Amino acid sequence: MQRLILRSKNKIAAVSGLLLAAAFIHRWTAGSTAFFEGALIIASFLGVLPIALQAYQALRVKVVTIDLLVTLAVLGALAIKNFEESAIVTFLFLFGAYLEQRTLQKTRSAIKELVEMAPETALKLGEDGEFAEVDVEEVEVGDILLVKTGAKVPVDGTVVAGEGSVNEASITGESLPVAKEKGSTVYAGTILDNGTLHIAAERVGEDTTFSKIIELVEEAQDSKSAAERFIDRFARYYTPAVLAVGLVVWLLSRNVELAITVLVLGCPGALVIGVPVSNVAGIGSGARHGVLFKGSEVMGDFSRVDTVVFDKTGTLTVGSPSVAEVEYYGEDRVEALRYLASVERESDHPLAKAVLTAIGEVETYPVANTEVVKGAGVVASVHGRRVAVGNAALMEREQVKLSPTVKAQAAKLEQQGNSLVLTAVDGELKILMGVRDQIRPGVGAVLARLRRLGVKSLIMLSGDNQGTVDAVSRELGLTAAHGNMLPEDKAQYIKTLIGQGHTVAFVGDGVNDSPSLALAHVGIAMGGGTDVAVETSDVVLINSNLERLPHALGLAKATAQNMKQNIFIAVGVVLVLLASLLFSEWMSMSIGMLVHEGSILAVILNGMRLLRFRLPRLTGRA
Amino acid sequence: MMTATIELESLTCPSCMQKIEAAVKSVSGVAADTVQVLFNSSKVKLNFDENRVSLEDIEKAITRVGYEVQKSRAKPV
Repeated sequence: MQRLILRSKNKIAAVSGLLLAAAFIHRWTAGSTAFFEGALIIASFLGVLPIALQAYQALRVKVVTIDLLVTLAVLGALAIKNFEESAIVTFLFLFGAYLEQRTLQKTRSAIKELVEMAPETALKLGEDGEFAEVDVEEVEVGDILLVKTGAKVPVDGTVVAGEGSVNEASITGESLPVAKEKGSTVYAGTILDNGTLHIAAERVGEDTTFSKIIELVEEAQDSKSAAERFIDRFARYYTPAVLAVGLVVWLLSRNVELAITVLVLGCPGALVIGVPVSNVAGIGSGARHGVLFKGSEVMGDFSRVDTVVFDKTGTLTVGSPSVAEVEYYGEDRVEALRYLASVERESDHPLAKAVLTAIGEVETYPVANTEVVKGAGVVASVHGRRVAVGNAALMEREQVKLSPTVKAQAAKLEQQGNSLVLTAVDGELKILMGVRDQIRPGVGAVLARLRRLGVKSLIMLSGDNQGTVDAVSRELGLTAAHGNMLPEDKAQYIKTLIGQGHTVAFVGDGVNDSPSLALAHVGIAMGGGTDVAVETSDVVLINSNLERLPHALGLAKATAQNMKQNIFIAVGVVLVLLASLLFSEWMSMSIGMLVHEGSILAVILNGMRLLRFRLPRLTGRA
Repeated sequence: MMTATIELESLTCPSCMQKIEAAVKSVSGVAADTVQVLFNSSKVKLNFDENRVSLEDIEKAITRVGYEVQKSRAKPV
């Protein structure tokens, strides 16, 4: 019976709404008070039933809730035969609860969508050599699973056979398909767009990257900031206090109407729900765009950040060398490139790989008499010609003449942090290449956006030598850049910055940067969700996507702002209600309830704006 | 000691949390300081002594204050 009443709460709200409407229409048209009052009494008793029941259940575990305040107010109104007020208040309270439920579902939708992407079944290879469908919870590490086109990858694992392309949007927020073949890692919750894969299960159940992301987000949404904990404690004593005040008012004034109006006006609503609602919407919105915020406290700190420290060259640069500049000398470039490619093809030097990538597909020739000169390069004969590929020392050894122009170009490239690869054919210089770890595409725009969002200093700390670090710093226009730094030096540097009164965010990929991540006000981890870094950080950029950083900062600022707005609305409404009760004539129980429910909806709707958060486009003036 | 995660119907009022928290804490065998009611994900997490109380009893305490339990699982700490 109890459950039936509670489950029919929404229907009861609808029925009492109809009765209310019928009563008023009847009074205006026919003018009979008997029907009017009858309908209102029925509406009141029907409506107060679920509210009173909830109040009673709470009282049994010694908790005084808002339901109790409303129940007493309604009973009081009935006692003094103010049926209009009692019916309107119960209806508004129930209808408000219904709207709150609907809108809250919306604010939580981002997470819910994420959770629903979790796979439920898997095709597991049985002892009979056939694949059979099993519940995903029955999959164990080492099981061989079949993933068909259009299906979800059930667990984290390695491809053992087959190939295909996978949409990893659920993990990374990027919907570009990623090619997978034997040996590739696949993640639970991603979708196989085409092809067929056999995978060996490596992490199952709660250990998969996907489950960990969900757990992090869920915990984050329910983690409480100091302000929220205060509000919680406040609400715990506030509600009984309102009850006591109502009682005192009644005892002193013997005015039931005034006493029950106090009960309704005192309902804590928007205040309790305002901050969590901004929080859940902000965190949910981030999760949908590849940014995990680990809690609401982060939002406040992050929104005040004035200094962003990047952990090393690899965060801002690609992390592996590539050809940045090429100069050709003499005729027939194509032939020279073919010679270069033919020689480099035989080498496993990291620079050779970068050179071959830059040249692309060209015809190559057989190579003979290859001689590796340690620390200098390679000399070989191709088509009967002597080809030397290496650094300036090799050219000297081969007695290749370098003109003053070439020497100047080489010096400039070296100053920019390049390693040099020179190619000479029969003692004549043909090609000069500068190879270096290049700035990631888009980093310039990322930094510009951070500055626009109010970040004052952008600093890079790196283990690389100061020359390389300076080159990167100059190109990006960083505030400061320090090379030759060990992890403990970085941590010390962060400490110093904090000591100077800066609010510091540290961006790192974490393997040995955990101390800095933990020390900074906001630790931002680049990574896939498995590292120590993810554990110690406050914000995770999924899939190491640095381009998400400005979005993360913008969203944090918007969320912090949103919380403030909600607190303002909630406190403002309570003050206005109390003032109007004391100083004006028009305040009544039903108007109070209307304003109260309205303010709750206002804070929820305000919070929902965060779900659509987009960073404004970067326009001309940078 | 076991750790339990109990999924509930979606919670919509913050006062629900107080109610559920009080109800679960009053069950003997539940480690009171481990009880966590997660409002947004509508879950209750807690540790309990499986020799003194069963998961079903804890669920009953929640149902008694008016909330439906959708799913629950427990594993050793």
